[in-house]
Amino acid sequence: MALLQISEPGQSQAPHQRRLAVGIDLGTTNSLVASVMSGTATVLKDEDGQWSIPSVVHYAQDSPVVVGRKAQENAADDPLNTIRSAKRLMGKGASDIDSSWLSEHYHFDMDSGSLPAFKTAAGNKTAIDVSSAILSKLRATAEETLGGDLVGAVITVPAYFDDAQRQATKDAAALSGIHVLRLLNEPTAAAVAYGLDSGTDGVVAIYDLGGGTFDISLLKMQRGVFEVLATAGNTALGGDDFDNAVADWIQAQAGVSQLTDKGARRQLLALSRSLKESLSSDSSAAYDLTLENGTQFKGELSLDVFNEIIEPLFKNTLPPCRQVLRDAGVAKTDVQAVVMVGGSTRVPLVRSKVGEFFDQKVLTDIDPDQVVAVGAAIQADVLAGNKPDSDLLLLDVIPLSLGLETMGGLVEKVVPRNTTIPIARAQEFTTYKDGQTAMALHVVQGERELVTDCRSLAKFELRGIPPRTAGACRIQVLFQVDADGLLTVSALEKESGVVASIDVKPSYGLSEGEIEQMLKASMEHASEDVQKRALAEQRVEARRTMEALNSALQADGDQHLSAEERADLDGLLQNLALTAESENHDAIKLAIEKLEAGSSVFVERRMNASVKQLMAGQELSALENALVTGETSGESGQT
Amino acid sequence: MQVDFSNNYFELFELPASFDVPQDHLDTRYRSLQRFLHPDKFASESDAQRRWSVQAASFVNEAYQTLSKPLKRASYLLSLNGISLDEETDTQMSPMFLMEQMEMREALGDAPQASDPYAALEKISDKLRVAQSASASDFNSAADNEDWTQARTVVRQWQFLEKMMSEVQTVEARLDDAL
Repeated sequence: MALLQISEPGQSQAPHQRRLAVGIDLGTTNSLVASVMSGTATVLKDEDGQWSIPSVVHYAQDSPVVVGRKAQENAADDPLNTIRSAKRLMGKGASDIDSSWLSEHYHFDMDSGSLPAFKTAAGNKTAIDVSSAILSKLRATAEETLGGDLVGAVITVPAYFDDAQRQATKDAAALSGIHVLRLLNEPTAAAVAYGLDSGTDGVVAIYDLGGGTFDISLLKMQRGVFEVLATAGNTALGGDDFDNAVADWIQAQAGVSQLTDKGARRQLLALSRSLKESLSSDSSAAYDLTLENGTQFKGELSLDVFNEIIEPLFKNTLPPCRQVLRDAGVAKTDVQAVVMVGGSTRVPLVRSKVGEFFDQKVLTDIDPDQVVAVGAAIQADVLAGNKPDSDLLLLDVIPLSLGLETMGGLVEKVVPRNTTIPIARAQEFTTYKDGQTAMALHVVQGERELVTDCRSLAKFELRGIPPRTAGACRIQVLFQVDADGLLTVSALEKESGVVASIDVKPSYGLSEGEIEQMLKASMEHASEDVQKRALAEQRVEARRTMEALNSALQADGDQHLSAEERADLDGLLQNLALTAESENHDAIKLAIEKLEAGSSVFVERRMNASVKQLMAGQELSALENALVTGETSGESGQT
Repeated sequence: MQVDFSNNYFELFELPASFDVPQDHLDTRYRSLQRFLHPDKFASESDAQRRWSVQAASFVNEAYQTLSKPLKRASYLLSLNGISLDEETDTQMSPMFLMEQMEMREALGDAPQASDPYAALEKISDKLRVAQSASASDFNSAADNEDWTQARTVVRQWQFLEKMMSEVQTVEARLDDAL
């Protein structure tokens, strides 16, 4: 084993290696992974030389899970064990299954806890399991192509995803051992890809019609800062619906009312999809399909008829378009560009009608299927610390209002939709009965006034309130939303100081314990893998922690620490460096925790010092000069 | 870890505490602060730094949103001057103002049945916009004269107008959905 090198305190570290980070577009129909290589964001090809894999997973008894094209090939033969479009169920509960077309195609187990699960030959699988299998496959592709362990990934989600759906996505990543640098809204990712390539400044609309979801977002782009002004959409509308509508039409033409065989319906859907794709360039497409039972579908679908079939579905995308304009207070004429994202924007009717709505030609320069992954890769590269001088900054908003249930089943909104995140908002509530000592807090998400019309996120209780007359107590409830859009709620009774808090783990999410258990279960036959992975993960984490602290110490360690404190920290650093070489992941974890704890005072002093400087305007002016050279900064010439 | 952001929002944005704020200045300063504080700048840093950054960025977001919106800015100025809005205990409003509000509310109720509902709604929004900008200038002169009682009255009426405006938008959204 090579001898460990430890640099002298204060001495500069060797320039660290480029950190491997990827952007992942986890789509309803297809998924992609991209990374910045030699300065260019590139979509990575898998072992078959393909740059996207179908978001399809095949589960067979006693054999490894199959993901992607090979899984899709099983779709017709083994439909019940071949799961696709699982993204539609992310963050959903058993009660959401009935309304989902997935229920027509799969068997579900509603009893396995709160998460609905697909019944497969390999046991019950939740949407999180399925997504995690897809992510693992992408991770393997990336690590093979890039030749090393990933430090993390930016994973994209539809801007309209609620808290539960975002949490489920993060859970799936945790399950596949991916460190999430950031959950990024898909339209924002698309804007990143376009912004850097085309350098537009102004308000831009991102129209994203994918396989299963629709999003429309308005973004303000200025000098490398992307600010989401407003976002709206529909989590159950996309190209799959076009396929279904065409399949229905073909069935109707043939006078076949019901297809009991699920495999047959799938064949019909595959046919519908290929017709749709042909009609992106042709004015009509012929079809001829004979099922095993002899039923024949034969005919021709013209572009005009196709347009008639899908126009009602397309029209459902317009109310959200009007809504974002209204929310952002932007007139159609202020929109300088319209970016098309998602495979379904290849449909000519979609392009022309969206252009008509915004009264301009829509942008399609970048492949609409790749643009999201490309943008995510650019952001991942920045977040991993490979571009310390990057100007890129994404200011996201929450897509849905967050609130609390009050008396009478009404919702009191605490954080309205389209509020820029991260954000912390406090609101005061009071007791309604004399002598009340506990309070049930019910956190909901949505725009409607009645709790029953909103999404229930979490319930928790504040106990130990001092008994007083009704209305005398002041209970402060604090909502904190982080940069990923995930919520933490805490409640505080002001007089007694009683506190209760909850990381909003939505009713349909997973607890830390459950994730661990699922990890173990999925690896039962390969316990060695678990050990290996845990070790690799802890080593990456150790490296990250040491690098972060070393660069801080180097910058101003002497300024904030006494010689004694510095020596203690160096001791902890050395301890971690040594432990990281061992094979014991628990020991490494412990050493990281010790270092984190030991350095907290230093970090706090350092941060508060920079705030002070910031307030004094010194640091900032220096920073600004560096950032906006040649431009007049806002500080000068005012008042 | 506690973030020591004891300064008020105006100080944070290097502005005097007055109603008149140059939006460009707010925007520029906001972006500079976020470029420095946003959690994305700390994605590879320690947990403690990331937590700090979330708090700091939240504070800046709240400050920016408060100062950028005229009514929020006005309410904030009142609170800085120790004036509470006390919505529940003090319900007195000028009868004139309440009459106008009732008329507008009736017009809003009738709008969806109008021959051109969008035009009817636009007419109400126009009226509200005029009234809101009148509120802004009334507040500005009251604040200039340090007449906080008058400033408070203006803000309370302004809140009515804002609420009405959001109701107009709700009706408009319902019309859109019905299309």
